[in-house]
Amino acid sequence: MQPVLIAAGVMLAAAAALTLVRIVRGPAPSDRVVATDVLIAIVAGSLAVEAAINHHAYTIPVILVLSLLAFAATVSMARFIAGRQGVVGSGPRRRGRGA
Amino acid sequence: MTVEGALDVVGAVLILLGAALSLTAAIGLLRLPDVLNRMHAASKPQTLGFLLLCVGLALVLRDGAATAMLVLAAGLQLVTAPVATQMMAKAAHRTGQYRADLVVDDRDRDEPTDAGEPADGDEQTR
Repeated sequence: MQPVLIAAGVMLAAAAALTLVRIVRGPAPSDRVVATDVLIAIVAGSLAVEAAINHHAYTIPVILVLSLLAFAATVSMARFIAGRQGVVGSGPRRRGRGA
Repeated sequence: MTVEGALDVVGAVLILLGAALSLTAAIGLLRLPDVLNRMHAASKPQTLGFLLLCVGLALVLRDGAATAMLVLAAGLQLVTAPVATQMMAKAAHRTGQYRADLVVDDRDRDEPTDAGEPADGDEQTR
């Protein structure tokens, strides 16, 4: 099953390269944050592929920590981006609702 | 074919599917026009792709402790990824980092603007 797993690794590498292109090109900060989130998921996935190829379980805690770190990073960046115009969760004024 | 061989094949196929989903999402991230559309593509490897990779790895390794940790990772990812994506979408919407000409029904704004300034105007008082 090694060729299939290696093909999966190559696909993940191509996905990471395309995501990096989006991080560089932007244009908005939120584009970069979304692309970074995808890149962290791809890195976690490539760790899983590597563990499957070499038949070890040493990197599984790293996968767990990475997924939690991605959540913390995205939430803090969302609050930072929205912080220029108030706090996320307070919501904008909804004058159009129910009209 | 033994049971172990069959589990290896199924695990490898699941891992390949997860990797293919990640590649599709990366292509979508490049080709879709604005943040809200890209978010739609970006959520696939974070939930389904990650889940497929975890299940495939658990089938390949067949180890109790590793499977428990993979279940924990997949469950946490399933809970946290939609929350993070929703907060990011809200922040992008509030700061106007999307293309207003692509939005059909923009309920949180009085009129669509593309310059990044909400039509409300309560930001000036803050």
